[in-house]
Amino acid sequence: MDYMSACGVLRGIPIFATLDPAKLKLLAFASEALTFASGEVLFRGGDPADCAYLIAEGEVEICVEREGEPIIVERLGRHALFGELALFRHAPRVATVKAQTPLKVLRIDGDMFLRFVSENPETALGVMRMLSDKIARATDHAEVLEDRLRALQPKP
Amino acid sequence: MEPTIFRFIFRYSMRAQIIVLVVTVISFPFLYLSLELPKTIVNEAIGGSGFPKTWSDIELGQVEYLMLLCAAYLVLVLINGGFKYWVNVYKGQLGERMLRRLRYQLFGRILRFPMPRFRRVSPGEMIAMIVSEVEPLGGFIGDALALPAFQGGTLLTILVFMFVQDPVLGMAAVAMYPLQAYLIPKLQRKVNALAKERVRTARKLSERIGEAVQGIQEIHVHNTSERELADFSARSGQIYAIRFRIYRLKFLVKFLNNFLASVTPFFFFAIGGYLVIQGDLSFGALVAVLAAHKDLSAPWRELLNYYQTMEDVRIKYQQVIEQFEPAGLLSEEIFSEVPEKIPPLDGSLVATNLVLEQDGLKVLDGVTLSLPLSERTAVVGIGDAGRAGLAQVLARILFPTAGSVRIGEYQLHRLPEAVTGRRIAYLDQAAYVFAGTIRDNLLYGIRHRPVMQRELSGSAKTRHERLVAEAEAAGSTTADLAAEWIDYEDVGIDGPHALGGRVLEVLRTVELEEDIYRIGLLSRIDGARNPDLVGRLLDAREEFHARLSDDTLRGLVEPFDESAYNTNMSVAENLLFGAPVGETFNVDRLADHPYVLGTLEEVGLKDAFLDIGQRLAEIMIDLFQDLPRDHEYFSRFSFIDADDIPVFRQVIRHARSEGPDKIEAAEQRLLMSLPFKLIEARHRLGLITPEIRVQILEARRAFARGLPERLRGAVAFFDRASINPAASIQDNILFGKPAYGSPQAQQRINRSIDAIIDAMGIRNDLVEVGLEAQTGIAGSRLTVAQRQKIGLARCLLKRPHLLVVNMTLTGVSFSAQAEIMRKVFAEMGGRGIVWVLNSAELARCFDRIVVMEDGRVVEHGSVADLAGPDTIFHRMAAAE
Repeated sequence: MDYMSACGVLRGIPIFATLDPAKLKLLAFASEALTFASGEVLFRGGDPADCAYLIAEGEVEICVEREGEPIIVERLGRHALFGELALFRHAPRVATVKAQTPLKVLRIDGDMFLRFVSENPETALGVMRMLSDKIARATDHAEVLEDRLRALQPKP
Repeated sequence: MEPTIFRFIFRYSMRAQIIVLVVTVISFPFLYLSLELPKTIVNEAIGGSGFPKTWSDIELGQVEYLMLLCAAYLVLVLINGGFKYWVNVYKGQLGERMLRRLRYQLFGRILRFPMPRFRRVSPGEMIAMIVSEVEPLGGFIGDALALPAFQGGTLLTILVFMFVQDPVLGMAAVAMYPLQAYLIPKLQRKVNALAKERVRTARKLSERIGEAVQGIQEIHVHNTSERELADFSARSGQIYAIRFRIYRLKFLVKFLNNFLASVTPFFFFAIGGYLVIQGDLSFGALVAVLAAHKDLSAPWRELLNYYQTMEDVRIKYQQVIEQFEPAGLLSEEIFSEVPEKIPPLDGSLVATNLVLEQDGLKVLDGVTLSLPLSERTAVVGIGDAGRAGLAQVLARILFPTAGSVRIGEYQLHRLPEAVTGRRIAYLDQAAYVFAGTIRDNLLYGIRHRPVMQRELSGSAKTRHERLVAEAEAAGSTTADLAAEWIDYEDVGIDGPHALGGRVLEVLRTVELEEDIYRIGLLSRIDGARNPDLVGRLLDAREEFHARLSDDTLRGLVEPFDESAYNTNMSVAENLLFGAPVGETFNVDRLADHPYVLGTLEEVGLKDAFLDIGQRLAEIMIDLFQDLPRDHEYFSRFSFIDADDIPVFRQVIRHARSEGPDKIEAAEQRLLMSLPFKLIEARHRLGLITPEIRVQILEARRAFARGLPERLRGAVAFFDRASINPAASIQDNILFGKPAYGSPQAQQRINRSIDAIIDAMGIRNDLVEVGLEAQTGIAGSRLTVAQRQKIGLARCLLKRPHLLVVNMTLTGVSFSAQAEIMRKVFAEMGGRGIVWVLNSAELARCFDRIVVMEDGRVVEHGSVADLAGPDTIFHRMAAAE
């Protein structure tokens, strides 16, 4: 993937959409294009987190382990950003990410990602929006689960 | 050591001094004749009469007589020159031998210093003393006797002549001597005092330089270079001030001497003139005395110089010797005594009432212990508790202040080092690694003295014998460094052929083999020394490349191919297509080399490089111009330094308005330097088009083809059929570049290379290569753990009967430490181990535990004995 298409991928990500073009190009120039075969693991839960990934082509699945059983949490496709939460939290990876198809990603160095977010207010806002979306989704999800749980309990 | 320089000189060079003196005396008549002859030639041969002269039966005409005398004069000149040459060479040799002897004795003294001494003298001081301070002594020693005798004799002769001519004038000539003899030593004493101070200050300066070098990290960490400079400046200023005062005094002495010497003629003119007028002295006698007095000043000046040098040298010697006479110097017998058969140490180690005082503190306070040498003992304690001191006393590094240690039937501290050095091994965390190869460091502990001389013949033998004779003449050891120094039988090795296997075994014991293997992989290979391995490595390269199409390696490596552009190499590397040897073709500065630029022009790439350079500069300015100049991205990603951005902006403006081929040569060079850094696969800018790749390949060929003779040695070209001497073994097998964009390419490549090496069975060969790697000054190229493991391996190689380990292996993890400990136990078999530990947990692996507190043993027994809940050991273990 050449540098110009890397710019294109970055522009496709909502949080970078409003970024100044020069900054976007710099991010594209400084990021690393990696290729994974289908089934290859990008990182595992517990690994130290030193970067974030952007999918240029292909799909990944995110899974966590519960009592030795892998549970697939989410599938992500083209232009999805992942791995950034561990960077914000300065914590190890919580989930394992595996390529589901032949995969092309942009690897953004962790320090650089954090710097970009903190130096560019538009990006920071974009990140907040994205995180809010995630929280909202999680809350919805929790409400649904709670409803189901209540439905299972015998009524007094 | 001899207390004064003269005692030293007379003790070791009396005979040589007398020879110099005798030869000097013999030369004297010839010198006299050669001074006398010209007068005879002028007066008798040229201006004389009464020819022909009859000389026994031969008759000589005036011309023949003249020629005969001239010939005699020429012969005398040659004889005199010959004497002078011989005496000078002999004196020089004598001085150098004595200097060598003195240095040898001083260094020998250092080796006998008691250990605590090394806490008080710095290496810098000792180096200064042995290397530079004694240097002037050599020049003096050759003259020590001959010069005063010769010049003194001359002086005396002239004085006698004067007294014979006229006693009164003779008195006049020496009238000033009492005054000079009183004044000059008085001034000289001041010079001496200053000279002593100068030596002391200079030593402090050496010490400070040594400290600054060793503490360089602290200087940078705390930004104290200004303070270090101030300290240095103050000290060198002090030396300057002292030296300046010395100069003034020295020249004052000279001035005084000259003045007083010139006052003497005053007496001659006054008293002599008066006597001539009175008619008491003939005019001729006065002239003769005046001429003689002129001759007097030369030997007098020489004597004065000698006196000043002698004083200087005397003080230097004295000040050096003082430092080498510390209290508690180890007795010479400990070193010189070598038993015919080195006895084994067995039975029990019994320490009785050991006391060790250091700087007034009691480190050990009445330690009494009995440890069977067939057991393994752990020493633990709260804080240091004297454990380190105990370990060092048991290893015979420190001598106890009171009490004794017996091993079997021997008093440990009376045993010669030839026994303790072979039977006891000691290691602490400071395990010292010498500069040299890793192998030399491992074998260091089993090279005690030569066991078998070299077989020499012909000229090598004569050369060797000469060296030995010279060493003997300087009182130095004649032991041959190149002889066999390993007593294989004593360390349980069948012979030289089995040494490699034993080294490997010990490396595995201390878990160092893997490290040495890695070091070997990263080393270059000397093809001339290792022709077999070169062939195997080429096979390994082919095997690796055959595997490149396997699933595990597919796409991970872009092999070097002479006829293809490598997108994972920079443009510079693609152009060079080889490993640079030395700095000439350093890939980071390739764009500066005129030959490289010439090659680009030759293949018509100049315009393309200018164009790519301009576009790169534009991209870089576009990407980086808004960043603050100290932003880390500049160093990480930019092709252009922050400071150069404005310069490039200007260059681009010129290039746009005038065309890149029209701008100044310096600006063109700036632009052309950029494309060299491009790595297509990494930067993904799409600037190196297929056409340009072809042209770069052409440049690659032109570069190699036209390379002038003088630059041939500066690059080792990549060649699939041969091993590249300038690249590491790993790179030679890889023979390509790891591809960008493949996660963990390097690890996967390494695994594959390891597998190939194991399958080919050449792993041990690579360990051998690794063993030849240089360790750096004090082992600085190795990690702390590697240094400690080398220290441990060195101890084990000599199969000690007692191994004392004092809290080493700090560089490895707890579990690795336990694993190594277990292997060391197996290696040592039933021989004695005393191991000072910090962990009560690890202590449980031992047969016996000693618990120390405040320099005393508070608990001692087997693991079972100390298992009870109310033992100190139990509480220590619980606190961990």
